[in-house]
Amino acid sequence: MSEIDLLIVGAGPAGMAAAVAARRHGLSVLVVDDQPAPGGQIWRAVETVAATPRGARLGAAYLSGAERAAAFRACGASYEPGSQLWQIEPGLRAFLTRAGKARTVTAKAIILATGAQERPVPFPGWTLPGVLTVGAAQILLKTADQVPEQPVWIAGSGPLPLLYMTQLLAAGGTIAGFLDTTPQGRIRAALPHLPRALGGLGDLAKGLAWTWALKRAGVAIIRHVTEIEAGGEGKLQTLRYRTEDGQEATVPAEVLLVHEGVVPSIHAPLALGCAVEWHPLQQCYVPTLDAWGETSQPGIFVAGDGAGIGGAAAAELRGSLAGLRAAVKLGGLADAAAEAEAQPLRRRLARALALRPFLDTLFAPRPQMFAPADAAIVCRCEEITAGEIRSRAALGRPGPNQLKAFTRAGMGPCQGRQCGYSVMHIVAAAQQRPVGEVGFYRVRPPLKPVTLGELASLDETVP
Amino acid sequence: MSSSGFDVAVIGGGLHGLSAALHLARAGRRTVILERSWVGRHASSATAAGVRTLWRDLAEVPISLEAMEMWHGIAGIVGDECGFHADGQIRVAEFDRDMLGLVEREARMRALGYTHEELIDAAELRRLVPAMSPHCVGGLVARRDGAADPHRTIAAFRRACEAAGVTIIEGCGLDSVERHGADWLLRSGARSFTAPVVVNAAGAWAGKLAALFGDEIELGLKASMMIVTERLAPLLSPVVSVVGRALSFKQSDQGTLVIGGGLQGAADLDRQSSSVDFLNLAKGARAAVDLFPMVGDVRIARSWTGIEAKTRDLLPVIGASPNAPGLFHVFGFSGHGFQLVPVAGAILCDLIVEGGTQRQIAAFAPERLMAKRAAA
Repeated sequence: MSEIDLLIVGAGPAGMAAAVAARRHGLSVLVVDDQPAPGGQIWRAVETVAATPRGARLGAAYLSGAERAAAFRACGASYEPGSQLWQIEPGLRAFLTRAGKARTVTAKAIILATGAQERPVPFPGWTLPGVLTVGAAQILLKTADQVPEQPVWIAGSGPLPLLYMTQLLAAGGTIAGFLDTTPQGRIRAALPHLPRALGGLGDLAKGLAWTWALKRAGVAIIRHVTEIEAGGEGKLQTLRYRTEDGQEATVPAEVLLVHEGVVPSIHAPLALGCAVEWHPLQQCYVPTLDAWGETSQPGIFVAGDGAGIGGAAAAELRGSLAGLRAAVKLGGLADAAAEAEAQPLRRRLARALALRPFLDTLFAPRPQMFAPADAAIVCRCEEITAGEIRSRAALGRPGPNQLKAFTRAGMGPCQGRQCGYSVMHIVAAAQQRPVGEVGFYRVRPPLKPVTLGELASLDETVP
Repeated sequence: MSSSGFDVAVIGGGLHGLSAALHLARAGRRTVILERSWVGRHASSATAAGVRTLWRDLAEVPISLEAMEMWHGIAGIVGDECGFHADGQIRVAEFDRDMLGLVEREARMRALGYTHEELIDAAELRRLVPAMSPHCVGGLVARRDGAADPHRTIAAFRRACEAAGVTIIEGCGLDSVERHGADWLLRSGARSFTAPVVVNAAGAWAGKLAALFGDEIELGLKASMMIVTERLAPLLSPVVSVVGRALSFKQSDQGTLVIGGGLQGAADLDRQSSSVDFLNLAKGARAAVDLFPMVGDVRIARSWTGIEAKTRDLLPVIGASPNAPGLFHVFGFSGHGFQLVPVAGAILCDLIVEGGTQRQIAAFAPERLMAKRAAA
């Protein structure tokens, strides 16, 4: 067992910035990450890809990750890529697995910089081979330059589909069409937030540029799509969609990429008993944090998109703030000095987040997402449909944990990462309760599926 | 304030509370179950749901054998098989020295006239559990034992209770208890209930509940940890435990491995929560991998603990309160699974309806755990 000041989980923008800040003030820092190299999702594989033509195609925002990774490598933190953190116990004992071997690390503070996950949105056929998320397809593009051979259907809402489509076109892919699920009237609803968003005009311009590029390339864009259904025998063969004004079509399809926004990774804070709040606009939980990113559990911080979706620039700033605060608590950095260093960071953070109310309103999840058809599988691990959950939820007033026992929804290895929010919404609708009141699954450890052999490797007693 | 009158109020909606209520309702008693959170919230749903006569304390053997007959006809009692499979329970000896205790036990049981525990050699062990590591030398088997599905069992007992006319009130924790003529007055928030008879089936919280009635019963806690894995192809049918190690190992109907054995996590009665201690749980994983080497690469899907009462002698408390008129205790099953559930309910019904029972329950009397009052 080793002992350190600060354990940072995740080597994306937030984790790297936190490590740099904490190291500057002399803390001993260990950074663990499940990827093989630093960068997180946004800068995945940037160290090897930046210098290649693929790097240029992925754009300037991607390339800027290379210098961050270099600064992180040079900061003096211990760094263990390919590591999974699967449990944290009181006394801040962290359980890690690397290369098939488990071990524990004791830390005085922990920064969770584990980012976000794509919002899972069940619809009939979403488990068919050929249906993926845009995020998963982008990973293949970044790490392996993998472009689907067949024309790709994209469905969803938010900045990521736009970005991915421009990257895909640049890499030589073809797009069959974009089913934009953003409802009508969203721009009008979002406009009042625009004045506050002035600080984020650069990002806004980027989004407009992506849209222009798609139009120039002649990508078919179908607006205000409300329903999607994937069909096929054993794999995706057809795609049916329906728009708000009743247009309906069934088209041949081999690849469908879906993206309906991202939500913070909430499992680790929930498992640690950190207080969380319901975000009514984004329909997800965010951890309750102070101005430095510390949770209700002393010594446990959340930084980056796990603290609330804010993008890479905000993630870095939140990482730096958390690293500073850890240095105050553990390294003897004076409060006043930390505060002085934090002030410009906070101003930049406010600017980086200025666009969020506009984006959150523009891309707020559409209501249909949370009312999947009875036939749609909601829990992918146990193959439980929306109909089964809905009918059971109407008998009495069971919450998600009871429904888990009744139906097995949420009992699989993903620990409800795929079905948690869907089940909450189905329960709320069936019982006519506000969704924020329904609550989430109790998160059972381990946070990542560790094997029996790996756990056994922690046992040092001789039989 | 609304007040409702019943013949019997059962405190605690775990399986023992449900079983007692079921028998009482069928005997014509107007019965209510008051459950603080929801039916089956704690130990009943956190268990491996073993149904075991094997290696029981001698005091429990007579009612345990009767309960086993009930389990083999459980559908006749609650209208569902409860996912019960009687594929046997085996206590495995890894080494020759471990066989000694098994041989002694078998001889002792035979001398007492019991034949349900049977010694087996390495060849028979291999026949029953081909996946078992070849270093194991033999074991003790109870072939009619097995395990149930906890959630199906809870659901079946609940449905049977409701069909028999039991009123089940969830989200109803007890605030206070007072004597009201010949009745007990039980208050929960704005609601109150009266009944001349109260059954204490409050599991881990039964000691606190007993104290409200003036019974000071010494009661410990268990927070046994469990592991469930991803689904596998069929690997074994019986439930396997091992001499000298904390391991209980079985495969569920869904194909998941369910691994327990009594390794203890941490429990907090007041917060009604418990937590896993992975350094300790690693011993269970070690035992599982030693006995079934092929499961080393199997992924753990989740782990948890439940909170359950444990008595000093690991025997349950079943019987009338010596102090409080009309109060009956049924708790303290000390991590021994579902086996005694149907028979314990029948015993409670005897005690309450008939005023006594033919069944052998002297060893379970609450008095054995109550301090003798010092003479003034």
